[in-house]
Amino acid sequence: MNARQTMRRLPDGRRLHLGDGPIDLIIEAWGARAAVEAAYAAAMARFATILDELCAELPSLRAPSGEAAPKSPVGLRMARAVAPFAPADFITPMAAVAGSVADEIADAMSAAATLDRLAVNNGGDIALRLAPGQSFALGLVDRPDKPSLFARATLNAADHIGGVATSGWRGRSFSLGIADAVSVLADCAAAADAAATLIANAVDLPGHAAIARAPADSLQPDSDLGPRLVTRGVGALTPQEIDAALGRGMALAEAFEKSARIRAAALHLAGRTLTMGAVAALEAPMGRANAAG
Amino acid sequence: MSAETETGPDKIRCDACPVLCYIKPGMAGACDRYANDAGILVRLDPHVLLKRAIDQGGDLVPFMEDAQTSGDLVREREVFVTAIGAGTTYPDYKPAPFIVGSRVEGVDMVTVVTEGIFSYCGAKVKIDTDRHLGPETAAVRVDGEPIGHVTTGEYGSQMLSLGGVNHLTHGGKKEGRVTCKALLDLCNGLPVEMQIDGGAHVVVEANRPPIVNGVRETRMRVGCGSAAIGMFAKQWRELVDEVIVVDDHITGVLSEHQAGKFLGVPATGVKMRGHRSTPGRYFRVAEAGSGWGGTNLVDPLAIIAGFDPKRAWPGLRLLMVSTTGEHAASYVLDDELKPVEQELSPALKAAVERVQDNCEPALSSVLFMAGAGGSLRAGVTENPVGLTRSVREAITRVTCGGAPVYVWPGGGITFMVDVARMPKNAFGYVPTPALVAPIEFTMKREDYAALGGYLEEIRDVGEVSALANCRAIGARQDNPWPLRPASIEDA
Repeated sequence: MNARQTMRRLPDGRRLHLGDGPIDLIIEAWGARAAVEAAYAAAMARFATILDELCAELPSLRAPSGEAAPKSPVGLRMARAVAPFAPADFITPMAAVAGSVADEIADAMSAAATLDRLAVNNGGDIALRLAPGQSFALGLVDRPDKPSLFARATLNAADHIGGVATSGWRGRSFSLGIADAVSVLADCAAAADAAATLIANAVDLPGHAAIARAPADSLQPDSDLGPRLVTRGVGALTPQEIDAALGRGMALAEAFEKSARIRAAALHLAGRTLTMGAVAALEAPMGRANAAG
Repeated sequence: MSAETETGPDKIRCDACPVLCYIKPGMAGACDRYANDAGILVRLDPHVLLKRAIDQGGDLVPFMEDAQTSGDLVREREVFVTAIGAGTTYPDYKPAPFIVGSRVEGVDMVTVVTEGIFSYCGAKVKIDTDRHLGPETAAVRVDGEPIGHVTTGEYGSQMLSLGGVNHLTHGGKKEGRVTCKALLDLCNGLPVEMQIDGGAHVVVEANRPPIVNGVRETRMRVGCGSAAIGMFAKQWRELVDEVIVVDDHITGVLSEHQAGKFLGVPATGVKMRGHRSTPGRYFRVAEAGSGWGGTNLVDPLAIIAGFDPKRAWPGLRLLMVSTTGEHAASYVLDDELKPVEQELSPALKAAVERVQDNCEPALSSVLFMAGAGGSLRAGVTENPVGLTRSVREAITRVTCGGAPVYVWPGGGITFMVDVARMPKNAFGYVPTPALVAPIEFTMKREDYAALGGYLEEIRDVGEVSALANCRAIGARQDNPWPLRPASIEDA
């Protein structure tokens, strides 16, 4: 472990926290104690070199999908995850970086031990692995700075959901759209990450005066989005405008679901939430709740 | 943090990790942990949690060290969420960033955690030295800008009053900026160089020895010259005929002093310069300075006008020593009753060392002092005066980064805290300029409800600890645990 990395058990004694540069993972495995320890050891071993592997091929990862061929295991996951979306939309492998890292660690853990359940949370993009008969209760949060649930879902092993990812303009990555949060359930975290990015981009009101935008590279000179306008602020919107913006996102989400690229999605904008997809349990609760487990 | 490379007038390249982000001014890198603050790469401190360190050696322990052992089982009640890195909700009409609930010995406790932005704040600095640092009310300058002044001295220490709203926001632009930076550095435990008008050049660093005119202070005087005579008269009596303890405040003369008389020390006929106060005690034997005992003396004999031939005798043994034992010399009177310096005998050396040993280490200490304004209190409760009253009645405990504070009597919540008892780098600033300091209010849940608190915003301590940008550190053993029930009051 090098000096810049964090590898520690959280104070609850159960979860593992791995941090390196922009990667921040909260990991929890359930199962026999020895299996959990073996899985955590595998996670740490795999994690040790991930950031260096990615940084070695950053230019390829920031190039539009198909223009370069990443070679690292995580880079390959990223490229594979965004490729199905590339013909229609601008996307670079970076759109799937968080989910791909989560998947890579989750698969390393699954290979090392037989677990009941496993969650690798990479800043809100989560890789999940469920043994038959197991389930997860999931809470979706719109504002990371002030968490409150806007939707919950119960995931069963039979749903074959391997990843949950959330994208929105308030999050850590830039968004071309105005969604507060778009959460996507998919077969793996990388696919969910890429799809959430694109659906969040689509939740938009192009040219609307109340939306402040700035070229991505004026904010982050090395952004993979180059001069594309990213959302910096959203003013007051009418209910009709909110519906129109969410409608654009829903149309894309439904197209993704039809082509089996995602399983379900929840779209959240200015207090309104729309959900769609195969997971019946995905619903927007009326009140607010405290925690998800 | 390692060095960063400038790549232009605006953006900088962060080399904290191999992503090597280019970061624009006012923006953070991909990690949200490093940012460009007006061309300087700064670390955005993660939210700091204090972990009660039952078995640890009493100092702050970086969490990483004990995290090497996996299975770090800590019960929730032993985690206290500090306000360091919590952020602020200024102008505070919204609830504070963190309102954290925990159960302590069967009682539901609530800690409201926020980082306050303080324009009304400053540092009270105590510098353990007898040396004259500058006349009272003289300006204290950093980079030529006035940031405060010399205030009334204390026993064995000089006092500075730094910062305050007049220097921060009511003076010139540069004055405000320099004051803010100096306060920030002092409070974060960094050394700050100061020049006092008509006085000394001082380097002040919290909980470290002061450096006065390039000389590091080691000892705080054992007492004034007169007190030193009282303390050591009996031991000295056996070794010499006369002792003069040189002190800028009160210089003591053994044979004339009450203690010497009591022990039957015969008069020596020594004639002192300066102003005699009571027998054996002299004021103003010399000017203040950084020589012997806080005077400007290089040769201590300058304070002796002569010896009365009727009383003095050739061969009279004289010891001169400063109040810290830092300076000492022994003399024997020759046939003309002139003092001739001798090498210190082993017994006298031991006596001087005894003075040194009785001096405490000289330190600079920095107390941060600030007032929690109306809007900060509104982040805690819808009825801000309720918080003030609750603090006043000791129902609500105030801490600063987990460290205990002294709340001044009278109106408002004006408090002082020893920055050395706070975690490192607990302070920040805003360009206003004003300091950002952590402040936590802890009380029972029912008391929080009674004062109109934001009950629906209370989050479980476990939930907050799980946030990825939280950093746990060991709590200092010498600080009372902030979550202890109010019935167990500060010792």
